[in-house]
Amino acid sequence: MNAEPLRRVAQSALLGVLLATSAGAQNLTGAGATFPYPIYSKWFDVYKQKTGVEINYQSIGSGAGIQQVKAGTVDFGASDAALSDAALKDMPRRVLHFPTVAGAVVLAYNLPDLKVPLQLSPDVIVGIYLGRITTWNDKRIAAVNPGVRLPAAPILAVHRSDGSGTTNIFTLYLSAVSGPWKELVGANTSVSWPSGVGGKGNEGVAGLVRQTPGAIGYVELAYAKQNKLAAASLRNRAGNFVEPSLASTSAAVAAAAAALAKDVRTPIVNAAAADAYPIAGLTYLLVYQDTKDPKRARVLSNFIRWAMRDGQELAASLDYARLPDAVIQMNMATLATLTAGGKKVGE
Amino acid sequence: MSTGTLDPRDAALPALPRGRGVRAGAIVDRAYHVTLTAVALSVFAVVALIGWECVRGAMPAIRAFGFRFLVSTEWDPVAEKFGALPYLYGTGLSSALALLIALPLGLGTAVYLAELAPRRVGGIVAFVVELLAAIPSIVYGIWGLFVLAPVLRASVEPWLIAHFGFLPLFRGFPFGIGMLNAALVLAVMIVPTIVSISREVLLSMPRSLREAALGLGATRAEAIAVTLDTARPGLLGAVILALGRALGETMAVTMVIGNSNVMTLSLLAPGATMSSVIANEFTEATGTLHMAALIEVALVLLAVTIVVNLCARLLVIWSTGGRRDVAGAA
Repeated sequence: MNAEPLRRVAQSALLGVLLATSAGAQNLTGAGATFPYPIYSKWFDVYKQKTGVEINYQSIGSGAGIQQVKAGTVDFGASDAALSDAALKDMPRRVLHFPTVAGAVVLAYNLPDLKVPLQLSPDVIVGIYLGRITTWNDKRIAAVNPGVRLPAAPILAVHRSDGSGTTNIFTLYLSAVSGPWKELVGANTSVSWPSGVGGKGNEGVAGLVRQTPGAIGYVELAYAKQNKLAAASLRNRAGNFVEPSLASTSAAVAAAAAALAKDVRTPIVNAAAADAYPIAGLTYLLVYQDTKDPKRARVLSNFIRWAMRDGQELAASLDYARLPDAVIQMNMATLATLTAGGKKVGE
Repeated sequence: MSTGTLDPRDAALPALPRGRGVRAGAIVDRAYHVTLTAVALSVFAVVALIGWECVRGAMPAIRAFGFRFLVSTEWDPVAEKFGALPYLYGTGLSSALALLIALPLGLGTAVYLAELAPRRVGGIVAFVVELLAAIPSIVYGIWGLFVLAPVLRASVEPWLIAHFGFLPLFRGFPFGIGMLNAALVLAVMIVPTIVSISREVLLSMPRSLREAALGLGATRAEAIAVTLDTARPGLLGAVILALGRALGETMAVTMVIGNSNVMTLSLLAPGATMSSVIANEFTEATGTLHMAALIEVALVLLAVTIVVNLCARLLVIWSTGGRRDVAGAA
């Protein structure tokens, strides 16, 4: 990897220091996604009080977390995007995905005169972000908002300028519902946006939306809830308009359980269930299936088991959607396959 | 910074003490010389190391795209096709615009502070201006986003569109963020640099210059013009330092420029700069080629900075006819 020098110097130096200061078997290190950081730090905190196990987590971004897993400097990585087949092959050993919680991406908008929640259909969202629908009084928007007077104002489509798991989920959704989008733009943590402006981070997007009448932008559900942003109801695959919520997000995960059982990396966007919110995604822990140190492996395995049971109860308090039971069972089954030096990791 | 005849190379060395002290003095001198040379050379080593690491990191992108990287407008992380032209353009345009706005402001302030203002007022204003230079760039970014953008959106940009909308420069919607906002924020950020260095340069001009001009019957404005002309190399130095800050500024620009890699002439449209795309995409770039392309952007930025500095040096040497005493000042 040629990309590494800059990163390695900065990050592994830091992690190295942390590792050196907390080298006991009762301590774990992880690095990666920023999206689940609030719930993870809560988990680590509660888990430490319960068991004395200290977990250091660096929220340096999914991409950097994957690099750290590859370099073997952490016990686990965390990523909002599942690894591609190519990326999995690129890893020195077999890496397992453990979904931990689910999140959703909501479309926040700024239409001060609108009294009822905005409703959007997949083709309208695609049209706005492709730059083909440019004003709010467009016929296609009116068609899904019957009886609502929409202004003749220009639409400012706001996206994340920084690479992010949120963008990945959003573009996965757009690619799932639109052939042209898949062909022209595709899905990734950052893409080549055909139009609109970019804000840095959830706060950047929300800032632009909040202060620009006529703006629409996508942010995480948790961020939108905590900041009380007006969010659009989306028409899902079943044809129902669904408000973004923790329940409708969990419903989307549950609807995808069968596909997840086949491959845990399957995107859960555009779920088929009647009450499923269509732009949802999982966030994952990345763990080597086989590790050298049986003690550390057991500590990590126990933590994940705890996160699946007690940890899930904490999710809602921080605006993350809990996993449905089917997916939790799946994680438990995957946990049983962990080995250390070729031997099974016990409880 | 001195532009007078106080070049240390010309100054006579103090006489060395005679007798026993000579040897010890020579050794100390030598150690002093070696240490300072090493310190000075380490700067080169750091720059060379940065350059080398960038080339190494960028190699996959250099191999894949070659020269096309500099002229292609496509930046598509999904298809792994990368071209840096929109970012080169954005960096160049935003910095040039910022300089265009900041230069008259900064130079005017410096002339006032050095030549016209009462001594105490000059000192106080200079202190405040230098304080501006110490404000973190994120604060400027937030100001640009939450204070400047609404003003631009509500009054400035609609006015520009209504009166100059026929120019491609002012076509589009008044959204408040974009190239114009970025240039204004950058201008505010580099004014302190221009002011504080220019003021120092002007203050270091010999009084005799002004007095001679006034004595020959020049008006006050003409005398100032003579001083400015003499101070030109130093003033150019101030401008180059300011331009350097504008070229490399990341955080504030990222927050207000709109981050779009679509190249347009319109100042109202969103754009992106080399440093903003690195700041935006570096942490979450998972593809090898994507990462390499970002590092190559850093390499291009480094090259641009070096070229700008070289051009400035040449400009100073050329404009002073190669007189080393003043050319060294920039």
